[in-house]
Amino acid sequence: MVTTLLDARRARHIAAQVPDPELPMLTLADLGVLRGVELAEDGTVVASLTPTYSGCPAMAEMRADVAARLRDEGYTRVEIRTVLDPPWTSDWITPAGRRKLAEHGIAPPGPAAPRSGPVPLVLSPTRQAVSCPRCGSADTEETSRFAATSCKALWRCRACREPFEYVKEI
Amino acid sequence: MSDDHVYLTLAEGHEDDARWAYGTGFEDPLHGVDTTVPEGIDARELAALCVALADDALVSAQRLAEWITRAPELEEEVALANIGLDLLGQARLLYSRAGQADGTGRDEDAYAYFRDAGDFRNVRLAEVPNGDFAFSIVRLLMLSSWRLAHFEQLASHPDPVLAAIAAKGVKELAYHRQYAAEWAVRLGDGTDESHRRTRRALEQVAPYVGELFTACDVRDEVVAVLRQVTEAAGLPMPVYRPLPGSGRHGEHTEHLAPLLAELQGVARAHPEATW
Ligand SMILES: [Zn+2]
Repeated sequence: MVTTLLDARRARHIAAQVPDPELPMLTLADLGVLRGVELAEDGTVVASLTPTYSGCPAMAEMRADVAARLRDEGYTRVEIRTVLDPPWTSDWITPAGRRKLAEHGIAPPGPAAPRSGPVPLVLSPTRQAVSCPRCGSADTEETSRFAATSCKALWRCRACREPFEYVKEI
Repeated sequence: MSDDHVYLTLAEGHEDDARWAYGTGFEDPLHGVDTTVPEGIDARELAALCVALADDALVSAQRLAEWITRAPELEEEVALANIGLDLLGQARLLYSRAGQADGTGRDEDAYAYFRDAGDFRNVRLAEVPNGDFAFSIVRLLMLSSWRLAHFEQLASHPDPVLAAIAAKGVKELAYHRQYAAEWAVRLGDGTDESHRRTRRALEQVAPYVGELFTACDVRDEVVAVLRQVTEAAGLPMPVYRPLPGSGRHGEHTEHLAPLLAELQGVARAHPEATW
């Protein structure tokens, strides 16, 4: 019984350390996509992952990485499940994950809009407070809402004049 | 994984090409999801709905991808490609759900690559050529406004898988609509030339919008968004003159078959290949 508990905890720890393929400074746990790791009766490790975006091309790779890492650590039976509900939100990025993003020059997301009722269309310019991850200035502006990966936008700092990426609220 | 350069770590520790997202073929995007169709749901109807929504997304993604290397600025190419990628992801999930629901067990590739134009159920608005940037923006505004309103409803569909796909899609579609709406305002409220082209685009899109509302009742929501955007852009609301026929019944323009020929060519030439 004790062994089982330890094994489940160890499996969870191993899966949690797997890096995200597109934001490799974050672990899958930091990003909030690892939704659970359980040990089934028959000894199978069942890890649940949720995609950040529907079209996230790294999803298959995350599955393969988690399975490979667990097998390397001696878990012979591994099953990876996809969880779609509830959908991933940038609010699930952990405080440690936010700190690591900022350390790597990527501005972490603010709080996502609460989900209730139809999404309103806002055409007037909205003031978003995004601080520059390099110099900390709040004098920043968006240059493109879409960047190299779905989860990021491109911003620019007016103070230090450096461009930076910003993880969007979703 | 302590490397300072984030992208260098991408190349670490993989003897094969497993690190490259496009290098190993795709797996079932619903892998591990409970795929039972609940009691009381007409599975064939559910499958047909999923196919229509997936076809809209796949065909739209293909048209959006055509903008790559042709958009006015690099940022717009990246934006349009990202929107296409989201839609492609939605299409993959929806095709997988359709294959489970209709009992054929077909995978996403069977739907995307091995059906002919007459079997596609996308609206014709998705398949007509890109035209100029104004037309592509106005079309995206129309399609994303409709899809967002529809997905908001579908998020409480009795099929939990479709409901989850829709709930996820809502978040993505809100960004798509925002992008299209901001560009429509910028173009309509821009130069005489951009105003003229955007106005023409609204007229060109108008005959196709009726097809969107045959299966779901979100007309009021979409009209409200269109009114909000045209007012901000100083553009007139288009006059609606519906075309006969509907892509939802497999009646398509002459533009769908060439689009599919390009999309399906490699898969049909090498049906067992993974790449
Ligand atoms: Zn700065």
